[in-house]
Amino acid sequence: MIEIDQLTKRFGETTAVDSVSMTVETGTITVIVGTSGSGKSTLMRMINRLEEPTSGQVRINGEATGTMTPHLLRRRIGYAIQGHGLFPHHTVARNIGAVPRLLGWPKAQIAERVDELLTLFSMAPDAFRDRYPGDLSGGQQQRVGVARALASRPDVMLMDEPFGALDPIIRHRAQEDLARIQRQLGSTIILVTHDMEEAIRLGDRVAVMDKGKLVQYARPSEIIANPASTFVREMLGDEDRPLRQLSLMHVSDLIEAGDADGVAIDADASLREALSACLWSGRDALPVAQGGRITLDAIRAQAEQPA
Amino acid sequence: MKSGLILRPFLVVLLLAMVLRPVWFTPLLAPLAPENGPVIYERASLWSLTISHLGLVLAASLSATVVAVGLAVFVTRPIGAAFLPLSRTVTNIGQTFPPVAVLALAVPALGFGAGPTLVALFLYGLLPIFDNAVTGLRTLPPVTMDAARGIGLSPSQRLRTVELPLALPVILTGVRLSVVIALGTATIGSTVAARTLGEVIIAGLLTNNTAFVVQGGVITGLLALLIHDGLVLLEKRLSA
Repeated sequence: MIEIDQLTKRFGETTAVDSVSMTVETGTITVIVGTSGSGKSTLMRMINRLEEPTSGQVRINGEATGTMTPHLLRRRIGYAIQGHGLFPHHTVARNIGAVPRLLGWPKAQIAERVDELLTLFSMAPDAFRDRYPGDLSGGQQQRVGVARALASRPDVMLMDEPFGALDPIIRHRAQEDLARIQRQLGSTIILVTHDMEEAIRLGDRVAVMDKGKLVQYARPSEIIANPASTFVREMLGDEDRPLRQLSLMHVSDLIEAGDADGVAIDADASLREALSACLWSGRDALPVAQGGRITLDAIRAQAEQPA
Repeated sequence: MKSGLILRPFLVVLLLAMVLRPVWFTPLLAPLAPENGPVIYERASLWSLTISHLGLVLAASLSATVVAVGLAVFVTRPIGAAFLPLSRTVTNIGQTFPPVAVLALAVPALGFGAGPTLVALFLYGLLPIFDNAVTGLRTLPPVTMDAARGIGLSPSQRLRTVELPLALPVILTGVRLSVVIALGTATIGSTVAARTLGEVIIAGLLTNNTAFVVQGGVITGLLALLIHDGLVLLEKRLSA
C-alpha cells in the first residue's frame, strides 16, 4: 500500500503539486491523468524521489520514503517511461537485468529472470537476449523497457506515459499486455497519462489532476457517472461519455435467453464493441458465442445517463 | 573505403621503410640535398628519434586526457557546475599561447630536453579533449539519463556505466585532435633539445639540406595520418 500524504511540490513561485493525498492499494493499477502541466508527472516522480517533495510524505507499506537513500529506494520501485530510456550500449539482457545486478543477484538467477520476462512479453529469449535496443522496433523497445521495470519484482511500479511514443495499434496491444501481466503478477502499478481513454481502460482507480490539485480519485465507472468538476467532464469528452461507459461493461453482463442471426460476439467483449457490431451490421440483436443473445435495447439502456 | 584498403598498408610500409631503411630513398632524395652533402640523416637513427617522438606525444596526450576528462567530469557534476565557465577560460588560454612561447617559458624552469616539450604538448592537448568531453557529457539523451536515475543507479554508477561509455566516441574525437596536434607540435621540441623528428627538420633547415627536411617532415606527416586514421576507425567501431 502506498500512502501519499499532503504531498506538495513548489518550483519557485509555482506550485506544481498542491497538497495531494491519496492511497494506492497493493495489487491494483492506479492511473494519474491530467493535461500537461497538471503536476501528474511531478506527483509520480516524488514517489521514487526523482523530485524531492517540498512538504508532505510518501509511505510505502507504512515506511516513510523521505529517510531512505534515494538510489536504494529507487531500486525497490520499478520505473518505465515514455521513449523507454533503454541503455543503447547494453544488450537487451543487460538492460532487463540492470536492477537485479544492482541488487547483487547471482548471475544464473538474473539470466533466468531475463528469459522469463522476455517470454512473458512474447519475445523469444534466444532471438532477443543479445540484441541491442537500436535493433528493435518501437513496440519491442517499449516492452523491454517495461520488462526492465519489472525485473526485480518491485513492490511498486511507476510508469510515466509508457505508451506515449507508440502508434495506436501497438499502443492498444501494449495496454492489453500490461493489463494481462499485471493480473498475472499482481503488481502494484501507478501509471501517468494524459489520455483519459487509457486511464479508463487500464485503471482500477483513476486520479484526475488539474493545476496541481487532485480533483477526483475514484473507480472509472464512478468518474464517468459522476464527474466531480467541469474539468473532469471535459477530460472525459461529453460526446464520448456513453461510449466510455459501455467500454467498461462486458457482454456477459447482459446476456439473455434467445437467438439472433449473424456473426456471434464473445462474452468477454465490451458493450462498446457489441454496440459497434450492431450498428455496423444493422442488427437489433447479436448471438453470444457462449450461448444466448444480447440486444441493442439492453445496450442502449446501459448507455443512458444515470439518474 | 576500397582505396583505404590499398592505401593504408602502402602507407604503413612506406613509413616503416623510411624509418628503418632510410638508405633506400637515397636516389629519390639526392636531388634535394646540397652538392657533396649528406642525403640521409645519420647523426641519430631515425628509428630511435621516431620512438622518442611518439613517446613524448603518448606521455603528453595520456596525461592531457586524464586531466581533461577528469576536469570535464568534475564540471558536469552538480558540485563542479560553478567552475564550468572558469575551466573553459583556463583551457582556452592554454591554447592561445604559441607552443614556442610555452617552450621558451618552460626552459628556465625545467631546463633543456624533454621536460619543456612535454609541458607544451600537455597544455596544447587539454583544450580539444576537455571541450569534447564536456560536450559529450552534457548532450547525453535525457530519457536515458532519467531512466538511469529512476532505476536506482547511484551517481558514480551512472558516471561509470552510462555517462562515460555513451560520451566515449565524442571524447575520443577530442583525443584524436589532440594527438594529431601533438604529433606536429612535438617537432618544435627539438629547438630545446628534445629528441624528436624535429631534429632532422631543424638540421636540414640549418644546413640548407632540403632532403633532411623532407625526411623529417614526411615521417611526421605519415605518423599523424596513420594514427588519425586508426583513431577514426576506433571511434566508428565504438559508436556503431
